[in-house]
Amino acid sequence: MKKYTYTEKKDTRSGFGAGLHEAGKRNENVVALCADLVGSLKMDAFIKDFPERFVQVGIAEANMMGIAAGLTISGKIPFTGTFANFSTGRVYDQIRQSIAYSGKNVKICASHAGLTLGEDGATHQILEDIGLMKMLPGMVVINPCDYNQTKAATLAIMDNEGPVYLRFGRPVIPVFTPEDQKFEIGKAWMVNEGTDVTIIATGHMVWRAIEAGEQLAELGIDAEIINIHTIKPLDEEAILKSVKKTGCVVTCEEHNKFGGLGESVARLLTTEYLAAQEFVAVNDSFGESATPDQLMTKYKLDPDDIVAAAQKVIKRKR
Amino acid sequence: MKHTISDLEDIASQVRRDCLRMVHAVQSGHPGASLGCADFFTALYFEVLNHNPEFKMEGVGEDLFFLSNGHISPVWYSVLARSGYFEVSELKTFRKLDSRLQGHPTTHEGLPGVRIASGSLGQGLSVAIGAALGKKLDGDKSLVYALMGDGELQEGQNWEALMFAPFHKVDNLIASVDYNGQQIDGPTEKVLSLENLQAKFESFGWHVITSDGNDMAEIVKALHYAKSLTGKGKPILNLMSTQMGYGVDFMVGTHKWHGSAPSNEQLETALGQLKETAGDY
Ligand SMILES: Cc1ncc(C[n+]2csc(CCOP(=O)(O)OP(=O)(O)O)c2C)c(N)n1
Repeated sequence: MKKYTYTEKKDTRSGFGAGLHEAGKRNENVVALCADLVGSLKMDAFIKDFPERFVQVGIAEANMMGIAAGLTISGKIPFTGTFANFSTGRVYDQIRQSIAYSGKNVKICASHAGLTLGEDGATHQILEDIGLMKMLPGMVVINPCDYNQTKAATLAIMDNEGPVYLRFGRPVIPVFTPEDQKFEIGKAWMVNEGTDVTIIATGHMVWRAIEAGEQLAELGIDAEIINIHTIKPLDEEAILKSVKKTGCVVTCEEHNKFGGLGESVARLLTTEYLAAQEFVAVNDSFGESATPDQLMTKYKLDPDDIVAAAQKVIKRKR
Repeated sequence: MKHTISDLEDIASQVRRDCLRMVHAVQSGHPGASLGCADFFTALYFEVLNHNPEFKMEGVGEDLFFLSNGHISPVWYSVLARSGYFEVSELKTFRKLDSRLQGHPTTHEGLPGVRIASGSLGQGLSVAIGAALGKKLDGDKSLVYALMGDGELQEGQNWEALMFAPFHKVDNLIASVDYNGQQIDGPTEKVLSLENLQAKFESFGWHVITSDGNDMAEIVKALHYAKSLTGKGKPILNLMSTQMGYGVDFMVGTHKWHGSAPSNEQLETALGQLKETAGDY
């Protein structure tokens, strides 16, 4: 198992904030919008340097999506910022009609995704957003795994014409990807090459998959770990190549098992190369209030759960 | 009157202590508007509402209350517990794993007193209107109350609801607005000004009254007056001025305490300013 270390922990939303600031410097068409959550979205640096390119819309997410769509008409590149629930479910038809169907270049940037926002509870913990967004034709869906990757992704989507959903979170987690990485939309990142089982992880689950990989190595199981940061378009080639080698796969996501990354992988495997799969995901449930760590344990998203899923799926290998 | 004003003020002081202790214990939650609305909630549950702590979802023959700005759950939980819906000791589970006292109020865990989930802003007034229509269909003469935040009014759904209720003569409804002038990113006037709210509501066809939500005598009077206005063809809107953080000198009037928890020292200072009147949980 390749050794991964980290010297600090940071939140992925701060990676977004840093990326947005840098995007603002690089391209004067970049405009940021927020719905009364400037601090939570870490937009302060952008607002300080580019106050005229910041739009505070108030607590009015539907209006924000419409304004963002309208801004694209003169060639602006709008980045909207609010919590994941209010970036998706709350404004689904506004996104569907005015952004996706209209083919507008809006970057929908969503913090506090998944369970790990913690104590605010289920009303704020959306576990359905990947599903909602990947079902929209033409929508790119990205869920980066640490601060550096989120920053790089924020810059990459600026240069990628078309609607994007960028999903990130609140807790501080290890920073383990390179600072100067090039982020390629739709290209999987090989975390560790192995032969016994493929572990595919996205977002906060990638570090957990690495921890699971270390545990599996001690048990004599050689795991291949792939970071799928772009859920749509999916890097089918990378996934098929790996599963053809290992013969089985575990998918890991901080999301409902319905509609998430796991189902995208399952669709690929059933059409191209049938193989056993286990889902490490939330089992069709809403979240609840508690600390992020308690929730990840209760909803079975810990490294131990990945290890157990790997051991199980290996027994069903083709 | 069921209680004297000074009794109600004592209860409100205890409620404020509860709010601060709950938020402090988990270092998360929303103390600012909880403190600001403590007098309103106390007046409502201890004086104005005709309600039964032996909770039944249908609430037949009872007044119903809906909290739209669900983030101020601490003040609601405290008042529900102190008026007998559940044990006061349960307040210590606030925002903890497997608790019925979720960060934002919900029916999901079956907490007595709560009839709808809230937390995602802007939805409560519509629900209250639906409940009020239900009462009318059943010939149930009791009333429906709702509370919204002022920043929350920036959500467009409120204005759909505000248009609907007068048109359909939903006159068994008393909606209050926590008019504290603050939201997360700063004063409402700076974020997205609501301008002349009273004129807006009136032009939509509501009977608007104004009140000082941090003066117990006045808020009791205002709510009784609002009651007397029901059944006359118009929904009633209580535009209630409050101060965020009311009752604790260093928390008053600033958005800084919208959603941050006091430290140990801050809690101690704050509790020093609030009489313990009914026993801390
Ligand atoms: C739909 C939605 N958007 C954003 C939020 C995040 N949020 C929670 S409270 C709040 C500010 C609410 O302002 P106000 O209604 O004035 O309440 P107060 O600050 O006075 O407590 C925001 C933006 C939310 N809960 N729901």
